[in-house]
Amino acid sequence: MARKINLRIWRGDATDGGLQDVQVEANEGEVVLDVIHRVQATQMGDLAVRWNCKAGKCGSCSMEINGKPRLACMTQVAAYGDETITVTPLRAFPVIKDLVADVSFNYKKAMEIPAFEPPKELVPGEARMQQIDVERSQEFRKCIECFLCQDVCHVVRDHEENKKSFAGPRFFIRIAELDMHPLDTLKNRKRTAQEEHGLGMCNITKCCTEVCPEHIKITDNAIIPMKERVADIKYDPVRWLGSKIRKREGIV
Amino acid sequence: MSGVFSPTRAKIKERTLRTDKWWIQPAITFGVLLSFVIYATFRAFEGANYYKDHLISPFYSPCLSEACLPEATILGWTPVSAEIFNFALSPALIILIFPLGFRMTCYYYRKSYYRSFWMSPPACAVAEPHKKYTGETRFPLIIQNSHRYFFYAGLVLNVILTYDAVISFKNPEGEWGHMSVGSLVLLVSSTLLWFYSASCHSCRHTIGGRLKNFSRHPVRYKLWSWVSVLNHSHQQFAWYSLAGVAFADIYVRQVATGAWTNFYFF
Repeated sequence: MARKINLRIWRGDATDGGLQDVQVEANEGEVVLDVIHRVQATQMGDLAVRWNCKAGKCGSCSMEINGKPRLACMTQVAAYGDETITVTPLRAFPVIKDLVADVSFNYKKAMEIPAFEPPKELVPGEARMQQIDVERSQEFRKCIECFLCQDVCHVVRDHEENKKSFAGPRFFIRIAELDMHPLDTLKNRKRTAQEEHGLGMCNITKCCTEVCPEHIKITDNAIIPMKERVADIKYDPVRWLGSKIRKREGIV
Repeated sequence: MSGVFSPTRAKIKERTLRTDKWWIQPAITFGVLLSFVIYATFRAFEGANYYKDHLISPFYSPCLSEACLPEATILGWTPVSAEIFNFALSPALIILIFPLGFRMTCYYYRKSYYRSFWMSPPACAVAEPHKKYTGETRFPLIIQNSHRYFFYAGLVLNVILTYDAVISFKNPEGEWGHMSVGSLVLLVSSTLLWFYSASCHSCRHTIGGRLKNFSRHPVRYKLWSWVSVLNHSHQQFAWYSLAGVAFADIYVRQVATGAWTNFYFF
């Protein structure tokens, strides 16, 4: 059954902008992206919104709905009852127009992460490993790169200056995925995670985990294990001594 | 102007547009943790009412000071002077650094107090009030990386507190095979502490998380899997064990002051 809902949409660009109120029809079962499209079709023909799959798998329609980073295609209108729904672009990134933010920061950070480095003697197609050795990393492969975790992370959301030195939760799970991979041979991944990608800036407030639409346990399964691995090599004198005596990094 | 008010970002004057009651959770955490800190500080300095008839408060165990009641010590071992620089040292102050350090550096409590006390951030997508942020990269917060050492110390304390729970199965005359409400309280408290320690992230890492190849270490993989299950509930164990320790101390204090009678089941 259709009903009218109140929607507040942020409109503008990097120079100026503000929230505009509209009334729009919403049908049973519709998601926020549906009503934004209806507004675009009937009232604001030039409204900019980024979207693609409408199935929660492409990560394109990331925006903030009533202040929370969410995928618009996975957010039911009915969940808000009679409340006005406020939609804004991601607030951690520069705005381009209306609901579209410039997320290129994330692509720059992605390029800074050293790639997977298999053993040199390993011939393509000959890699063999057991399921239990790769299942931890597989959780992180569910990431759809919606960048909601990057958006909600206060390290960059509230401190623009930290963007230079902080990769963000999405890339910490990438680093963890590689560091936990049984065939990755890159030696300095833990050290660079701390010294170059800003792992130590994270203070474990778990907002990244709360907003992840794929329910990846970013903090518990990636960031904290990486912090513990960094502690092994940088802050644990007993482990350090052990690694010198036994000539290994404790990663067998 | 920084953060969400940076020049290139969408011009929105509110710190957050969240419409839910996001402040309730940090406010409750603030209230509960502050209450515990005030009570624990009072008890740590009280230096009395921590032992009665084989019940010893977890705040005062192990009792290592020369000021300890002889029956509250472990085999009469009191290596620490009762006074330091003419200051009468409560036995609790000698050992509280270890459980305090364990909880202060705990990955769960870090989330709690960074949000509720330091407001960094107060809640997700709510702008924090601080102008600068360096996280855990500098002193003093870099000390958070010592969590594993407090975890090891916590294990030793758990063994001692479990010993205290076992000792409490004596009657006031020192005969074994008796159980009181106090025994039950100490037993539940020490059990919750074991669950809290076993579900700890450092425990998970130490027991197997640091490995790259689980298939080469099947026993450690199995242990890691079990700890991972417990780890899902680390937050709950953190609160339950805190409440357990606080209640155990309150119970022993009440019994020691004579306000409550320790009822014996058998």
